[in-house]
Amino acid sequence: MAEFLSYFRQDRLPHIWCPGCGNGTVTGALVRAIDKLGLDKNNIVVVSGIGCSSRAVGYLDFDTLHTTHGRAIAFATGVKLARPRLKVIVITGDGDSAAIGGNHFIHAARRNIDITTIIINNNIYGMTSGQASPMTPHGMLGTTAPYGNVEYNFDLCELAKAAGATYVARATTYHYVLLEDLIAKAIMHKGFSVVEALSQCPTYFGRKNKIGGAVDTLNWIKDQTINVKAAAALPPEKREGKILIGELHSIEKAEFTQQYLEVIAKVQRANPSYARNKGVPGCELNSD
Amino acid sequence: MVEKVRLMQGNEACTMAAIAAGLEFYAGYPITPSTEIAEMCSEELPKVGGKFIQMEDEIGSISACIGASLTGAKAMTSTSGPGFSLMQEAIGYASLCEIPLVIIDVQRVGPSTGMPTSPAQGDVMQARWGTHGDHPIIALAPGNVKECYELTFRAFELSEKYRVPVIVLTDEVIGHMREKVVLPDPGSYKIPMRAMPQNPAGYKPYAADPNGGVPLMAPFGMGYRWHCTGLFHDENGAPSSKPAVASVLMRRLNLKVENRADDLADYFAEGLEDCDLAVVSFGSSAMAALSAVRRARSEGYKVGMFRPKTIWPFPTATVRRLLAPAKRILVPEMNLGQLALEIERAAGCERPVIRLGKVNGELFHPDEVFAAIKEAL
Repeated sequence: MAEFLSYFRQDRLPHIWCPGCGNGTVTGALVRAIDKLGLDKNNIVVVSGIGCSSRAVGYLDFDTLHTTHGRAIAFATGVKLARPRLKVIVITGDGDSAAIGGNHFIHAARRNIDITTIIINNNIYGMTSGQASPMTPHGMLGTTAPYGNVEYNFDLCELAKAAGATYVARATTYHYVLLEDLIAKAIMHKGFSVVEALSQCPTYFGRKNKIGGAVDTLNWIKDQTINVKAAAALPPEKREGKILIGELHSIEKAEFTQQYLEVIAKVQRANPSYARNKGVPGCELNSD
Repeated sequence: MVEKVRLMQGNEACTMAAIAAGLEFYAGYPITPSTEIAEMCSEELPKVGGKFIQMEDEIGSISACIGASLTGAKAMTSTSGPGFSLMQEAIGYASLCEIPLVIIDVQRVGPSTGMPTSPAQGDVMQARWGTHGDHPIIALAPGNVKECYELTFRAFELSEKYRVPVIVLTDEVIGHMREKVVLPDPGSYKIPMRAMPQNPAGYKPYAADPNGGVPLMAPFGMGYRWHCTGLFHDENGAPSSKPAVASVLMRRLNLKVENRADDLADYFAEGLEDCDLAVVSFGSSAMAALSAVRRARSEGYKVGMFRPKTIWPFPTATVRRLLAPAKRILVPEMNLGQLALEIERAAGCERPVIRLGKVNGELFHPDEVFAAIKEAL
């Protein structure tokens, strides 16, 4: 345990999350995955948006960027394209990534830019105290869906895949070992990778929907899921209504920043006079 | 030294100046009448090892620029009215987090989609107050193509020096007009560079003199491991909602630019010393205004001209001093009186300020301003 504390800004703890919240579990899984991979802390930038889950970056001892609501992936795109050598990880919530930031999410997937996006999906807007999100299931309650949500939620993993993400996985805060493993794989994947972490919000989602406390909400999530490998062996009627967890999509495809660097090399080869230019003046310090 | 003389449009001059200043990252979204800047960056930046990306919208564009700037890259975006409106939240973020950044706003007629291919100057107040909360901002307004080059370069100098987003307010006419520009020889000028810390040990990302000081900015990815947040933060970058922390931060941020308002003041002035009437105009309106002022002088009228190149921070003391002889002030601008509001505030107590607004998408004709001068006298 103690060795993982070195990944945190201990002077910024304790965190602001409610007792029983799943955000700490996902943040812990990220830190352990980074530790397991043996990555250099100085080469990692963690970016987040606005919401409960996005507060995670304030506690992490990396270069961290807590952005505006919904724009984490757009900020991260700038970091990654400017300095392709950096590992760029986004922590975002379901409202942050699927509502206000939905456009940046699908376009980053389309570009296949090498960013790992961890979406902590707790089915609700927690920070503003319990409004329905694009991930609130149909018929369930939120403070802005007092008679039951008449809208339908996204399947974020299918959305990411359809938009062009080259690594897509889902786990839950209940399936911790799987979650940590999938985050590690996503970080090592070259391209846009997405891990949806289903997580409990006992304070607003669990209570509003009369599911119960943290453990009940965690079990409510667990009971809906089925591992993608186990599901393959089941007849369709047994898979009906279940949420698949595990590695859902993984393909190799040329990555955006690498392709851009190839364009630069090609342009400079074709223009020997530019090749004499040692890059942009004044920017050598941190160039790749 | 061989000087390179080129015929170019204002948008091109902005791009050339940005690259000369060391532009390394451009993110943007197509919008008339600014699109040439994006097109040119897509072609020119790879040649010098820089990066261009066409984002999904203007919010994404400025967000990507902020991310790139945090890694130490000089970053720029360009847009026009509707896109500039979309960027406002992120401009506030960059102001608060002290991210160097240059935004070229090639103004067109608004509100809304308005008249996309026609010039206007309706973003004067949006440039100052478009984002919520009190915040520091610098806005420069070129009056011709040569100044597009000079002031875009200056925008990078100021942005890097004071860690503040700098807006270059041009308009459709300045952006598309072609004029001669003498390009400086590379090596004949100093590349603007932000001040960086030397050692990660004990680095405090927001430590600075509370009376308007500028903190040292560490690039991401260099071992400093600092936290950048749009929440109010203390000198360590830790979020805080303590009134004392908020007060120190807000005062320092705003004094950073306010304290330097008159050092930052850049302007053109002619014939103000003995004038009865001062004409105040900027950007492409000022071309017609100056022509009218000179004609009036040649016909014996005591008329002077003041053209601010620094719009924000507004050069209040300079305006007060230079316009002191004037008995009346005429302000031709392609809006219904935005710059005039500042002129009234700065110099309007002692004399009438006459607004000459135009919002039909047409440039001023010198005759129009001349007629207004005669009427005002």
